[in-house]
Amino acid sequence: MAMTLNDDQNMLRDTARDFMAREAPVTHFRKFRDMGCKDGFSHGLWKQFAEMGFTGILIPEADGGMGMGQIEAGILLEEIGRNLSPSPFLTTSVAAVAALKLADKAMRDRWFPGILAGETVIGIAIEEGVKHRPEKIACVAERSGNGFKLTGQKQFVVQGASSDMLIVAARTAGAAGETDGLTLFAVDKDAAGLSMETARLVDSAVAAHVKLDGVQVDADAVIGDVDGGWAVLSKMLDAGRVGAAAEMVGVGTGAMDMTFEYLKTRKQFDRVIGEFQALQHRAAHLYGEMEGARSIVLKAQSLMDEGHAKAELYVAAAKAKAGLACNLSVREGVQMHGGIGMTDEYDIGLYMKRDRSLNEFFGDAYYHADRLATMSGY
Amino acid sequence: MSDLDIFRAEARAWLEENCPAEMRIPAKGDEDVCWGGRNFVFQSEAQKLWLERCVAKGYTVPDWPKAYGGAGLSPQETKILRQEMAKLGCRAPLNSFGIWMLGPALLKFGTEEQKIHYMGQIARGEIRWCQGYSEPGAGSDLVSMQTFGEEVIDPVGGDHWVVNGQKIWTSYADKADWIFCLVRTDKTNKYQGISFLLFDMQTPGVSTKPIKLISGNSPFCETFFDNVVVPKHQIVGEINRGWDVAKYLLGHEREMISGMGGDGGVTSIGAAMKATLSQEPVLRAQMALFDVDNLTFRAHGERFMDEWKTGKAHPAYSNLMKYVGTELNKKRNELVMSIGGSQALEWESERTNGGSKARNWLRTKANSIEGGTSEVMLNVVSKRILEMPGA
Repeated sequence: MAMTLNDDQNMLRDTARDFMAREAPVTHFRKFRDMGCKDGFSHGLWKQFAEMGFTGILIPEADGGMGMGQIEAGILLEEIGRNLSPSPFLTTSVAAVAALKLADKAMRDRWFPGILAGETVIGIAIEEGVKHRPEKIACVAERSGNGFKLTGQKQFVVQGASSDMLIVAARTAGAAGETDGLTLFAVDKDAAGLSMETARLVDSAVAAHVKLDGVQVDADAVIGDVDGGWAVLSKMLDAGRVGAAAEMVGVGTGAMDMTFEYLKTRKQFDRVIGEFQALQHRAAHLYGEMEGARSIVLKAQSLMDEGHAKAELYVAAAKAKAGLACNLSVREGVQMHGGIGMTDEYDIGLYMKRDRSLNEFFGDAYYHADRLATMSGY
Repeated sequence: MSDLDIFRAEARAWLEENCPAEMRIPAKGDEDVCWGGRNFVFQSEAQKLWLERCVAKGYTVPDWPKAYGGAGLSPQETKILRQEMAKLGCRAPLNSFGIWMLGPALLKFGTEEQKIHYMGQIARGEIRWCQGYSEPGAGSDLVSMQTFGEEVIDPVGGDHWVVNGQKIWTSYADKADWIFCLVRTDKTNKYQGISFLLFDMQTPGVSTKPIKLISGNSPFCETFFDNVVVPKHQIVGEINRGWDVAKYLLGHEREMISGMGGDGGVTSIGAAMKATLSQEPVLRAQMALFDVDNLTFRAHGERFMDEWKTGKAHPAYSNLMKYVGTELNKKRNELVMSIGGSQALEWESERTNGGSKARNWLRTKANSIEGGTSEVMLNVVSKRILEMPGA
């Protein structure tokens, strides 16, 4: 397929761009941050997302959604990133939906309507350590009664405490380090034995440490196949990764545009600092990095939408490149803004914080570069 | 089957039947490449045969119009032909600055007679061209060039210019038959005082001197002009408007060099180096990060071409691609040297094919200098795309 957006996609981008800039600009983010919001996002905005059809963008049409692909979800995420709009979109509408699409009808019927209505939030409970290592999952699900009993701990469950349901990856067979023997469960937030401790993150999102102390779930809580959870988990993670990459294209581009604007207006030594070649060259280099990131993310999205065999490889490259480029953008952004870039009042620092979280989410650039090397045969 | 599928099948069949087996293994080095021209000595019967068959079919320049020696293929058909050639491992039948650079310039700025005459010669591999742009005092600041053509009105022998001056970094000037050359024809106007002239390297007063490079090879020359007579009709475009032609051509050169990020594909070079990389975790990590950039550059190039075709790309965007692509290629060769270790240092041995890794590595250092340095590319991107202020 062509590596350009088609007319429909351009229209969606214009709609999303207008919507985010109007309803959820950086001032919106600041408002919820400054009030110390326990969720870290606005439920009202989540409802508005639903009214626009955004929340169900990846839900199949047969299930009442828009039935679109990663390119379209990425278009929304880029605008979300550009405006630092806080929402459960990435976890719920992208990652969770990617997993639930593979679940049976009863499961889909239970969760899709709430997502479509902007009423349901879903947390992704994968991580067990401070770094992304999905294959090392040790959380145990023992057979018990009609279903399973879950024991273990999870962390970095973004918006976990605001969620109605958590997608929990646990081991039904095998040992930590094996991809076989994992199973995904839809666990009710209020299940007995499940407790959470929340922690506000550097970007003001709220993440949860989750304790599973013999949490009993029915057999119908399984998403996909028992012991065969890696297939579902991979799809969910890749959707989350390419989504986070798209959001980072937005964060990086937002920071870059803000910085270029500053270079054209800030005066020192009686001239606009954008006249200095030392800054011009760094600006041009940054632009090249962001353009590259935008390209590899689009490539990964289209391969995922095609169901191409190489999609996984490109998702790894895209998450790594978007992470590196976005990180460069926010670092150059703060440096080129000088003193004002260090102030809380100015927005560039908020982009730096968001970049940090998104880089870590679903595996950082080093994790994905390593994965790329392994997949490439070395 | 669509028309393109039919074309693909036909192209495949033609290649299978006409491309000799020896022309389906990679060229070992420069000396294995067919450049054509008056003095070219074919390395093998297969090389000669492959060129002749492609010339007859128009496949040395498949996308040029048939009237000028091409096959008149559409961009899609050309892409398919290249894909099929790549699948079979077919070598390019003919390499030439005429194909890559002069041809496209003639197509845009040349007269009908020039197109038929010069493009036809290029397509048939009869004339080997070199490019006279840079001068000792005019590198990145190309427009400062001084080589001067004095106008002589001569009702008897024909109006002409008498050219004096010196060019440098003229690729293969010592082997070329003709030169396309920027010559100042008006000293009072910097940009609109340059003309784009074509002349025979055997014209009295033309001499060349090869420059030995750090790679040990001498692909470039100094070229001297001492009262060289160039007839008036051997000009491309209008008098004093040669800079327009040159700029257009530089755009082509940048596109070409930006495509040099490596093997033209997305295959990692890491897999073949697994034995070394598995013992060198930091080097492996560098290789992994390089592969991220390599896949990124391929996707970037694909997106750029798609946007270019639909007219959505910024006119200065090829400068960005040139910068990114050449820097990437330098990085690749640094890694190849590191992975190769002490063996990659061997300069002449047979097992290293005459020090090919070391020589290639050194050659790539010129990528970010020739055709506009990385620094000039960044200037252009910053000013024209990002619209940064200042001169």
